[in-house]
Amino acid sequence: MVETVWSVCGMCTARCPIRVEVEGGVITWIEGNPHLLGGALCARGSAGLALLADDERPRQPLLRKGGRGEGRWQPVSWDIALDQVAERLQAIIAKDGARSTIMSCRGGPFVDPAKAFIQALGSPNFTNHDSACGRNVHHASLSVYGVGRPDLTYDIKNARHLVLFGRNLLESMKIGEANQVLDMLDAGGRLTYVDVRQTVTGLKASRFLMVRPGTDYALTLGLLHGLIKAGAYDAEFVRRHTVGFDELAAFVEPYTLDWAAQECGVKAKSLKELIDELGADRPRVIFHPGWMLARYRDSFYASRNLHLLNVLMGNLEIKGGQIFAKGAKDCGRKGIRNLTDLVPKPEERRADGAGWKYPHFDKGPGIFPLFYEAMATGEPYPLKALFCYRHDPLTCFPDPGAQKRRLDTLELLVSIDTHYSEFGWYSDVILPESPYLERDCQVAVQKGPKPRLIYRQRAAEPRHDTRPGWWIFQQLASRLGLGQYFPYSTIEELWAWQLEPTGIKIGDFAAQGFVDLADKPILDDRESMARRLATPSGKIELVSGKLAAQGIESLRPYESPPKPPAGSFRLVFGRSAVNTHGHTINNPLLHELLPANRLWINKRAAAGLGVADGDWLEVISQDGAARGQIQAKVTEFIHPEAVYCLHGFGRQVPLQSRACNAGMSDQKLQTGLLLDLDRVGGGLCLCEGLVTVRRSDRNGKREVEL
Amino acid sequence: MNKYQIHLNSKRCIGCHGCEVHCKTNKGLPPGPMLCEISHEPLRSARGVPRTEFRFRSCYHCEDPQCLPACPTGAMRKREDGIVFVEQETCIGCMACQQACPWGIPQLNPASGKAVKCDYCRERVDRGLKPACVTKCATHALRFVRLVEF
Repeated sequence: MVETVWSVCGMCTARCPIRVEVEGGVITWIEGNPHLLGGALCARGSAGLALLADDERPRQPLLRKGGRGEGRWQPVSWDIALDQVAERLQAIIAKDGARSTIMSCRGGPFVDPAKAFIQALGSPNFTNHDSACGRNVHHASLSVYGVGRPDLTYDIKNARHLVLFGRNLLESMKIGEANQVLDMLDAGGRLTYVDVRQTVTGLKASRFLMVRPGTDYALTLGLLHGLIKAGAYDAEFVRRHTVGFDELAAFVEPYTLDWAAQECGVKAKSLKELIDELGADRPRVIFHPGWMLARYRDSFYASRNLHLLNVLMGNLEIKGGQIFAKGAKDCGRKGIRNLTDLVPKPEERRADGAGWKYPHFDKGPGIFPLFYEAMATGEPYPLKALFCYRHDPLTCFPDPGAQKRRLDTLELLVSIDTHYSEFGWYSDVILPESPYLERDCQVAVQKGPKPRLIYRQRAAEPRHDTRPGWWIFQQLASRLGLGQYFPYSTIEELWAWQLEPTGIKIGDFAAQGFVDLADKPILDDRESMARRLATPSGKIELVSGKLAAQGIESLRPYESPPKPPAGSFRLVFGRSAVNTHGHTINNPLLHELLPANRLWINKRAAAGLGVADGDWLEVISQDGAARGQIQAKVTEFIHPEAVYCLHGFGRQVPLQSRACNAGMSDQKLQTGLLLDLDRVGGGLCLCEGLVTVRRSDRNGKREVEL
Repeated sequence: MNKYQIHLNSKRCIGCHGCEVHCKTNKGLPPGPMLCEISHEPLRSARGVPRTEFRFRSCYHCEDPQCLPACPTGAMRKREDGIVFVEQETCIGCMACQQACPWGIPQLNPASGKAVKCDYCRERVDRGLKPACVTKCATHALRFVRLVEF
């Protein structure tokens, strides 16, 4: 008998809805939820089966035996592992207080138990990976609209023109979003793609602008200037809903299109044509404000300008534009319960300074790298324990060596993950979570134009001695006398407790795998839209009142990035549709498709170094401290000032036989960048590092062996 | 006469290689054999935009398949609807079919020691479904088309 199990894919963090077929307890088929995705799924989604079958993942709780990172582990039972973590935590809290503990996770809809746990301990230090991802975009959004990145969605399908600045939508792959882009193109929409190299997304573009690395901000300034000069913006929308337009117009005065073209190394004619098209296509134009934009020292300002370009298009709350994400309240319904709501909010100040030292930083997840600063200085107070739940800071953040020196000041490192992360390998305790197909997750709200409730249902029993996150945190909390904040013992009880106020039953999910909270997308009229703006002025702030109160400029004069010296390149990174950062590199079926990354290098630059396609290269960090070996991919479709590789490779966990030492790690070469953090946007400046590239001695000229 | 074909709308294909893994997981194949394949030419610049097109290839299910007579055990079979498939029970893994095929399409499954090839997921087709690669194509670029005679 074939049974349908509804779930949410966990191979990346796009979390596409899936339908799983199970026969006799064995998963036989995974497809995209037919009601939402028409069955569509990516390579990683199908390779979820290979993840389950793979034994090269933590299969039971592990306690470190030797030194950190030595790789000697003692397998133990859950009781022993949980008791030990609880005891050590108790000792730490008794001595240094609950505030000395940190919980980091990878964000997303299912973090409630982890967040409730750290909050129940009494620590304000909940954080995530986002300073290496979308913090700049989020904070830019807050400074313009007063609401963050997740509160705006993009109706790409109905747009006439989509402008992407390095936002590689077709390789980052949210299935629904990728299809929206292709539907838009099928309907005759235009795609302008800006990047330092060509990508699959760029292949589909009607205009491709290969810019000099680090000049995105210049291009946004030029476009603002061009649109304002040409009068190709929505003057009525700007007048009614924004403040600061005159200041913006005066500020961009020197940044002409011709200047931007020269600065970015693109044709002025191409930019002028773009302005004409934008004027014709508006308001159904979307400038994607970026997702992962922890790149340059001015990335926050580049993202902010992308938000402003959207505003000039007048694209808010319209078909083919940006639409405010709606929740249960917008549908006139009661929302679900979350564990976090039960727990008193800790009054202690955050150790990363978010909310007090840095009042403009969203103190929700704060800024992880600033905890490293606190570990090094002991200020504002000592830190002693770090939990990483589904998060691998050593792969995510720059310079793992520098991170480990700071982690060594902590007394307890706990990794809760489905796979061996580099952090897990360095930690004291590994609590293996069951992979997504083997675990249930709580109910979550997926906000959007048409909000819905989602959940994850286990499709198979765990093959190994692994446990779901909701159970792990409940067990830890009970051992610490905090069980009252986790009022359940089974997932069914948790679901029922969460759903109680809504009147929805878990059985209501059985038909489609989700429950819609509205019949059709909710679009506000313009006046109700204005009520969603949470800025000090209640308007869209082209110049931010909140930043001004901190003495921070909203419009920063442009500084041209220095040209790398000969033989040096800016190291940029990205991703492909077949891998999710360091998370999936060891998956047998994905490893088959992409066993190692290569270093993209411009044809002329390569010729100058005597490098041919496929040659082994030596890549040296800017301080000479880190080196990597990688094969060259010589192409004319990358800017000569940059070299590029896929992120996530060069892992060094010996028990991952396929991934270990396969390819090169970009973050290990990002020496000196760990605290190169934009104190306005909160994003790391991961592309501000240079590397030296030379042909490796590994390229033999002679054959000596028989 | 062949009844079916898989068609790729290369305008929608994004080279995500999903089809390859959809196929492998449906057939339970280990690393090694790849029954369908996405490929592309190196990029070239077309009016300022570097372009290439993705291509899809599985088995051509020839009208007169050369793998069939080459098979010493009769494991390689062709159905009335044109689907060429390997009957796993009879196959001895000699791979004569691969030698005979101009494109070397049949491959050895190292797990079973037998030949394996695209059969349009005939069990699915018989249930009125589409092949795995088409059903789950990430961008709905692949289509399973029924050929009609004029």
